[in-house]
Amino acid sequence: MHFRSYFAAAAIAVVALFTAVPVRAAPGAEPVKIGAILAVSGPASFLGSPEANTVVMLVKRINDKGGINGHKVILLLKDSKSDPQIALSLARQIIEEEQVFAIIGPSTSGETLKIKQLCNDAKTILISCASAEGITNPVAPYVFTTAQKDALAVRKIYETMKALNLHRIAIASSNTGFGKAGKTQLENLAPEFGIEIAADEVYEKEATDLSGLLTKIKAANVQAVVNWSIEPAQALLAKNMRQIGLTVPLFQSHGFANILYAKVAGAAAEGILFPSGRLVVAGVLPKDNPQKKVLMEYKKEYETDYKEDASTFGGHVWDALMLLTRAIEAAPDLDREKVRSALENIRGCVGIGGIFNLSATDHSGLDESAFSMLTVKGGKFIPYSGK
Amino acid sequence: MPLSLILQYLFSGITAGAIYAVIAIGFNIVYNTTGIINFAQGEFVMLGGMIAISLGGFMPLPVAVAGAVAITALVGGLLEFVFIRRMKNPTVIQMIIVTIGLSILIREAALHVWDEKVHSLPYFTGNEISSLRIFGACLSPQVLWVLGTCAAVVAGLSLFFTHTAAGRAMRACSADRIGAMLCGINARTMVTLSFMISAAIGALAGCVISPITSTTYDCGTSLAVKGFTVAIIGGLGNSAGAVVAGLLLGIVEAFCISFMPMSYRDVVVIAILLAALSLKPSGLFGSSASHALKEF
Repeated sequence: MHFRSYFAAAAIAVVALFTAVPVRAAPGAEPVKIGAILAVSGPASFLGSPEANTVVMLVKRINDKGGINGHKVILLLKDSKSDPQIALSLARQIIEEEQVFAIIGPSTSGETLKIKQLCNDAKTILISCASAEGITNPVAPYVFTTAQKDALAVRKIYETMKALNLHRIAIASSNTGFGKAGKTQLENLAPEFGIEIAADEVYEKEATDLSGLLTKIKAANVQAVVNWSIEPAQALLAKNMRQIGLTVPLFQSHGFANILYAKVAGAAAEGILFPSGRLVVAGVLPKDNPQKKVLMEYKKEYETDYKEDASTFGGHVWDALMLLTRAIEAAPDLDREKVRSALENIRGCVGIGGIFNLSATDHSGLDESAFSMLTVKGGKFIPYSGK
Repeated sequence: MPLSLILQYLFSGITAGAIYAVIAIGFNIVYNTTGIINFAQGEFVMLGGMIAISLGGFMPLPVAVAGAVAITALVGGLLEFVFIRRMKNPTVIQMIIVTIGLSILIREAALHVWDEKVHSLPYFTGNEISSLRIFGACLSPQVLWVLGTCAAVVAGLSLFFTHTAAGRAMRACSADRIGAMLCGINARTMVTLSFMISAAIGALAGCVISPITSTTYDCGTSLAVKGFTVAIIGGLGNSAGAVVAGLLLGIVEAFCISFMPMSYRDVVVIAILLAALSLKPSGLFGSSASHALKEF
């Protein structure tokens, strides 16, 4: 008797399985679970906080419009506290327990590199918001990033230096994944641009005073200083530098593109040069710029919702979710492998960080044109126009 | 090395050292009355800075700083009243665990009250780029404010502990708690008072260093680690010793950077700390006789 009822149940289940053909674009289709691991608190919260705001805003907008192809988005937002170890355990948790379809983030390079292998092995799409070369080189099939790669930022900086006739420089970087990756790129690309590195120093990310390090740099008689970090140390370094009377130009990484850093550094921020995506200068871009419309739209929505300036970093999440949405729409059904290969086929997608042209060998999809050189004037970011 | 460069290293050492010193002083008061280290001291520094920044939005800077000091002192007293007073005959290890717990509590509370962003007070004199030129080397005027605060606090504390009834009562509690209670001193009030004073000093430190270091909800811990190191090297309980040790450590660090990569700086600091602990456990300026009487 029992056997018969089990058999009947199994038969019904099998029939149900075969008849349940996925219906595309039907309302009430299965929801898609997307994880977001972002550094909402901790030293990298400058990145994670606008990113978290953006992902919440965008998911709400997508669901209000009926989801992606009828699939409602379920967002699992996790705070990594800027710690690669925490990012790793969160990633493991949402992959194994929640079986998320894709993960957006983490915010920083160190965290991303820590979970790259895990996501790839678990065949879970990871779209990072961090910029280290190592994230997409070597290419891992399931790992993508929307942040402009640091090698591109370094090239932009070195080109500007060449134009300004600066040859002898000092590098300062923080002891984080981002700092280390940037330092490596700066060292590797220097010979190509004929630049000599006269001092190369690393500081801890919680540093409260950098005047000793800057004195050493001052003694090295350099023509410019490059700082590579995402922490508040960016503002600290600028202040200490002016206080000890070191007046050579200061270049920062693309991590400086948050106006709060310029506010904290105050008068010391004036004249800092840094490469950045175009969001922070969206308002003054010429009308025919292909990104202008997207940038202004994001800026307006973010600033209405959160009453604070939109930042490039939130833009990385916007791009990540937009690329994922496009790929899910383009893929024949909600399957990790199919969506992954759809991602690789995205071309000419205008985003916040630049225009994305992804391929099987390029999982970042941005080129040097994604960056423009900015400077700080009167406490505001403006495009840098040369000397 | 040219003179101006030597001076510049010296000044940068003084900048770092003054920050360590002003934080280290705060550790000493609670230690003096209770014999424990308050591991939430760094959070008092953070609270002082954060409250002053919030108040600074709608009142002049000196009033905001005074307000921050008063509010933090109240918070310090309240925490002692709620959490520490309730423990019956706490051991040193229990007290340490409670203060570490408090530090986490304050930090998370600050994250919710304020936010995760970086804030800073304006410079008390001049701005981010103003500096004094002395023989070709430069020093931010804010460093003088920090040094002045150190001097004022040390002088104030020594007057308080030697010339006022409350100060003498606190010292009595530290020397012999039961004896002090037999003399009619309310030891519990003295402990509360010591938390209030150390919170106030921490808050003042948090305000004067905020223009230099900036303030975030989680800046207290890393500041406290250095402050604690300095307090030990200077001799726990000795405020003047803490200032001298802080400046010494800052200057040693600065000159270390001159000939080795900055990443090795902390190795030197920890080596000095270990040497101090094994060669002269009472610290550079502590008396070994009184140290022998302490539990910790």
